[in-house]
Amino acid sequence: MASTITASGSMGSAATRDVLVLTEVRAIDPAEGLDGVVDVVIEGGRITRLGPGAATDELLRSERSDRIDGRGAWVVPAFVDLHAHLREPGEEYKEDIKTGLTAAARGGFGHVCVMPNTKPVNDRRSITEAMVARAREVGGPRLHPIGAITMGQNGGELTEMADLRDAGAVGVSDDGKCVMSAAVLRRALEYARTFDLPVIQHAEDHTLTEGAQMHEGAISARLGLRGWPRVAEDVIVARDLLLAEATGARYHVAHISTRGAVRLVRDAKDRGISVTAEVTPHHLMLTHEAVLGYDTACKVNPPLREQEDVDALRAALADGTIDCIATDHAPHSSLEKDCEFAEAKPGMIGLELVVPVLLRLVRQGALPLARLVDALTAAPCRVVSIERPRLKEGASAELTLIQPERPVTLDGFASKSKNTPFLGKQELGAVALTFAGGRIAHRLSGV
Amino acid sequence: MNPDAVNLADDAPREPFAVRSLLSADDLTAGDATRILDAAESFFEVSRRPIRKVPALRGKTLLNVFFEASTRTRTSFELAGKRLSMDVVNLSASSSSTTKGETLLDTIKSLEAMQPDLVVIRHAAAGAAAYVAARSTPAVINAGDGTHEHPTQALLDAFTIRRHKRDLRGLKVAICGDILHSRVARSNAILLGKLGADVHFAGPRTLIPSAPESLGAKVHYRIEPALEDADVVMMLRIQRERLSGVFLPTLREYSRTFGLNERRLALAKPGAIVMHPGPMNRGVEIAPEVADGPQSVILDQVEAGVAVRMAVLWLLCGG
Repeated sequence: MASTITASGSMGSAATRDVLVLTEVRAIDPAEGLDGVVDVVIEGGRITRLGPGAATDELLRSERSDRIDGRGAWVVPAFVDLHAHLREPGEEYKEDIKTGLTAAARGGFGHVCVMPNTKPVNDRRSITEAMVARAREVGGPRLHPIGAITMGQNGGELTEMADLRDAGAVGVSDDGKCVMSAAVLRRALEYARTFDLPVIQHAEDHTLTEGAQMHEGAISARLGLRGWPRVAEDVIVARDLLLAEATGARYHVAHISTRGAVRLVRDAKDRGISVTAEVTPHHLMLTHEAVLGYDTACKVNPPLREQEDVDALRAALADGTIDCIATDHAPHSSLEKDCEFAEAKPGMIGLELVVPVLLRLVRQGALPLARLVDALTAAPCRVVSIERPRLKEGASAELTLIQPERPVTLDGFASKSKNTPFLGKQELGAVALTFAGGRIAHRLSGV
Repeated sequence: MNPDAVNLADDAPREPFAVRSLLSADDLTAGDATRILDAAESFFEVSRRPIRKVPALRGKTLLNVFFEASTRTRTSFELAGKRLSMDVVNLSASSSSTTKGETLLDTIKSLEAMQPDLVVIRHAAAGAAAYVAARSTPAVINAGDGTHEHPTQALLDAFTIRRHKRDLRGLKVAICGDILHSRVARSNAILLGKLGADVHFAGPRTLIPSAPESLGAKVHYRIEPALEDADVVMMLRIQRERLSGVFLPTLREYSRTFGLNERRLALAKPGAIVMHPGPMNRGVEIAPEVADGPQSVILDQVEAGVAVRMAVLWLLCGG
């Protein structure tokens, strides 16, 4: 009985505690030139005060204040994921918009762009609208659909991109399938440019990857699995960059995976072509050796590559050649993963793993912390037109609190699926709190 | 001599065989492989007796589960089990069982419920045997998993080589043809390498995997340097479906550039033996005169298969 009284008592006081005060927290927002220890005051869904000593004694004494001691923690703008598969509509047994957005909040994301390979494909206004409406009902992180480039993702007729954009789409992609026809891609780039939409390419020459199961190299030779050669990505990126140059459109390389594609993007940027690129945490952290033992959790598309690719990807992310980090969160159930390797579907989940998995790179000195934050926040907002979450007085409260030294076990996900080779691993780095759209979307117990 | 007895004196002292399932040639140390080959010598002798049966594994059950068509391997395992007095059941299943609604795991779980002691599996998917072994109680023998491995083929090849050349150490073994798609080439490169042979691959670049050195063999893109001074020449089957995958323009050109004929065989050592895992495409990868010639040991390989598989069954059942 006593606990009931205590619980209702605390609820009563919580109702009046409508000001959140983060004290002595390291705030990092590279786009604002911010990296320092400050207090942050959030009230009415906005950052009302931010700076050293912003939490006045009066505020801290106020019964309205909910104080979080930020010592040892970092606050950053809420993350923006350019590349997730939330499986709704059509494959809700793997994930749906509600579980996907909950997973996103727990991973520190305030915005999630969702790929169009749902069932049916998001190739028309009605589906885009339905996704956006469902996400509004759910609340939490904002969902931004990416529409298909071609109807049914079949590489033929273009979608009604103006309609898609008006319904909320922030870009177009046939993700999972490459637009193989140069003629179709050319028109797609021209047409998308008309409506200022970026074209996001899944760069894979399918004629070079027929039946491919993993990266072509020493491990595929050993395992007897059909290889997915690097050049299948490189030839598409090379061709597309020429088309992007010719059309002047915004071209974005999804989940870049090879050192060759990195070199092409770097050269293209030097030449002033409007190109951006994203890389996934798994391509930064794992090589094809993870597939040994036929671990279907490590079957992804594009496949895990070699150490020299990983090194090139890390260097390119650090120097900004690769703009952003995107999860390619691809949930699958045991039906798609507990089977022969050749039968398994590619993909792994990622929304809840970004902080614990990638902080390792920062600790190793492979990636400056400011670049990691930029790659997850401001950089994706430069690719698609999403208003950038920022740590600034007056801005909407869209921020993420990270406890970098907190041990976490990678398990117990909000996602419906657990297809990841990181499952059960111990790491350091927890997302303690996520504010999305001015509201608390996730808060670890005890914070 | 008691016809029921097997002379396995060489195998004493009887340490338990450390290998539980045979999925890859890599599961065997050189010592394990030698122990299998030594045991096979005794079983080879059993197969030449008037009564070709010993009670060694009476009461044990062997399931031969073949998701891919096979004549020789399935028959060889069946005879091996029967000559050890096992109860042997052959099952043919469709490799594309998923399209028929039943998963590989469900198929295997139902078979496992019948309490076999050993499961021999052939399947079109690389890694299928390992997948089954990780999820089932009985020991599993990989009888070919897609383009991955076929470890008992490598053992019977090693047995055949040993019978003709005594010792594998230092022998030059040329494995020629479609290395990319060959489970026989993979298993042999690993096993023969472990037993001390100097393994060479030869084939057109379209049929050699990238990073072939990971298989532990030296690679040639012409057949001649592989054949020069070889002690053992192993020809691989060229499958006609490779023509549709743009791997080869024609079988005629393949035969002309990579086929083993008498002229090319003369590059090898005079006493070199010629092997083929079968089934052969006469006139494509191997000329009939070579296949039937004095250096051919192709039928010895088939005979060795039964003895080697008896040894593997016997050792995996606890010796």
